[in-house]
Amino acid sequence: PKHTPPGTTFPPTFSVSEIKNKQRRHQMFMKLKQEKRKQKMQLKKKRRKEREALGDKAPPKEVPKTIENQRVFDETTVDPEDEEIAFDEGTDEFSAYFNGLTNPKVLITTSDRPRGRVVKFCEQLATVIPNAHVYYRRGLALKRIIPQCIARDFTYLIVINQDRQTPNGLVLCHLPDGPTAHFKVSSVRLQKELKRRGKAPTEHSPEVILNNFSTRLGHTIGRLFAALFPQNPQFVGRQVATFHNQRDFIFFRFHRYIFKNEKKVGIQELGPRFTLKLRSLQKGTFDSKYGEFEWVLKRHEMDACRRKFQL
Amino acid sequence: ICFLQVIWDIIGNKQFCSFKVKTKSQNFCRNEYSITGVCNRSSCPLANSQYATIREEKGQCFLYMKEIERAAFPARMWEKVRKLSKNYEKALEQIDENLIYWPRFLRHKCKQRFTKITQYLIRMRKLVLKRQRKLVPLSRKVESREKRKEEKALIAAQLDNAIEKELLERLKQGTYGDIYNFPVYAFDKALEQQDAESESDAEEEEEEDDEDVGQREFVAEDEVEESDLSDFEDMNKLKTSSDEEEQDESSEEEEEEEVQASRSKGKSPANGSLVRKKRAYVEIEYEQETESASRRRTT
Repeated sequence: PKHTPPGTTFPPTFSVSEIKNKQRRHQMFMKLKQEKRKQKMQLKKKRRKEREALGDKAPPKEVPKTIENQRVFDETTVDPEDEEIAFDEGTDEFSAYFNGLTNPKVLITTSDRPRGRVVKFCEQLATVIPNAHVYYRRGLALKRIIPQCIARDFTYLIVINQDRQTPNGLVLCHLPDGPTAHFKVSSVRLQKELKRRGKAPTEHSPEVILNNFSTRLGHTIGRLFAALFPQNPQFVGRQVATFHNQRDFIFFRFHRYIFKNEKKVGIQELGPRFTLKLRSLQKGTFDSKYGEFEWVLKRHEMDACRRKFQL
Repeated sequence: ICFLQVIWDIIGNKQFCSFKVKTKSQNFCRNEYSITGVCNRSSCPLANSQYATIREEKGQCFLYMKEIERAAFPARMWEKVRKLSKNYEKALEQIDENLIYWPRFLRHKCKQRFTKITQYLIRMRKLVLKRQRKLVPLSRKVESREKRKEEKALIAAQLDNAIEKELLERLKQGTYGDIYNFPVYAFDKALEQQDAESESDAEEEEEEDDEDVGQREFVAEDEVEESDLSDFEDMNKLKTSSDEEEQDESSEEEEEEEVQASRSKGKSPANGSLVRKKRAYVEIEYEQETESASRRRTT
C-alpha cells in the first residue's frame, strides 16, 4: 500500500481483520505473511549456520513429529520375540495353512444382483488370487452356502457387498470355522482405470507383502490375508500382492516387479487396487446374530483419539 | 331401497364422495369396509344396506356384516364374526354359513377376498424366515472424515517406496535363491562408500549367500511369518547343499559385524577408470548402526 514505507513492523495491537476495506485488508495480510516468512527464513539460516559452526558437536537433527511417531503405544503390540504369541499362532485356525497342510481355495461371490463394477471387480480379484472361483449368488443365504463350501474343500469365502453399483463392503470368511472379517471397501480402481498399467496378471502365484501389522489384531488380520495365497510363491511370475496397513487403512496393491540391479527394482502396477478398513472380526464363520465378535469398530471409543490405531 | 339408489346417484356419479379415488381408467373406493377396492354400485358400502367384508387384523381374519335393520345405529352397524379356523376350507364353510341366503355377489367376493388375504399372510410369514435386508444408515460427516483420513494415510504410506524396499530386502536376504544373477553383495544405501577401501577377500560367493541366508533381521514393520517362512524354505534348500562352514557361520547371527564396501557392476565403467581391478569379492557383514539409521530415515 502506498502509505506505509517498506520495512516497517506492525504495532502489536494491530490485527488485520479489523480493516473494513477488503482490498486493503488483503494487502495488509499479504504483507504480514511476507514478514513472517522472512523472519522464518532468517531463523532457519541462523540455525543452519550454528549447526555448521558446531560441526560434529551439533545436536542431532530433530525428527519431525508425524502421526506415526506420535502414535499412542498400543499394549497389544506384538513383540517379534514373544513366545506366547508364537505359540498361539502355531495353534490357531491358520496353523493348518502355515504348516502346509491345506491349499487355499477361494470362493468369491457378491450380494444379490451384482451390477456394473462389482462384477468386474470380482473377476479381477479372481485373476489376482490364484485358485479363486467366482460364483453368482442367486439370493442364497450365506449360512447355507457355508456348509456346501466346506464340503467342497474351499478355504475362503469372500462376499462383496455393493452400494449403487460399486463395491463397498467385503466379508472375508475363513472356512473351516475360521474367523470372519468384515471390511469397508473404498476407492476401488479397476484394472482399466489404472494409469501406466501392465498386462494382465498371469497364473503364477504371487508373493505377499504385509506391512505394518503390529498389534495382535493386526497379526490376525495379516495372517488372514496371507492365507489367501498359496504358500510357495512362484518367483518366476514376479508378481507381488501387497497389503499395507497405514493408520488402520489397509491398502491393497498388485504389482509386477523386476530387479534392474541389486539396488534398484522397478514395479509396475497391474490388477485392481482398493483400500479396506476393518469393521469387525468374528470368531466363527459368518453369523451376524449369534456370532462371537472378537473385535467391533466402535466409533465413539476408538475414533475419539487421533493418535490411536487398532491394527 | 330407493333411498340407496339416491345415495348412489349422488356419491357415485354426480357429487363428491370422500372415499373415492379417481384415476384415468378407474375409480377406487378407499373405504375400509369395502370388499373390492373399486368404486361400484354393488361394492359401495355406503350405497348398499346389506353388505359383508373380510378384514384382517394382526394375522387374523374377521367377517363383518352390515344389515338393514341396524342402519339406524351406526355404532352397532357392523357385526364382527371371528374366523376361528386356520383351516382354509373350514373358514370358507364358515363364511358360507354366515352369509347363507345372502346375494351371490357378496358371498363370492367375500371368499375371494379371504383367499387373497390368506395368501398374503402366508407370504409374509415366509419372507420373515428368509434373508432380510437391513439398511444401515451412513453418516455423511463420518464418511467424509474417513475419506480424508484415507487420503492422508495414503500419502503417508508411500506405498511404492515401501514395496520396493521390501522387495530389495527380500533380495538381500536371499529369499529368491539363485534366480537373479546379481552377485549378492550386502550393500550400503549410501553410495559414497564406493571410494572407500574394500577388502578384496578371496572368499567365494557361495559363502556370501550362505551368510546372507544365515542372518535374520527382524524388520519391525513387517509381518514376520511370510518372509521368514520363505526364508526357512530356502535356508533348508541351501543348508543341505552347502558345507559345514555355513552352519558355523550361521551361529554368528547375533553378533555385530561390520559392513564392508561394495561395488556394483554398473558403477565401475561410469568412472571411466578401468584401473579398478576385477569385481571385488567382498564379505558381507552387517553393521548394525547403518541399518538402524536407514530405518530411522524411512519412518
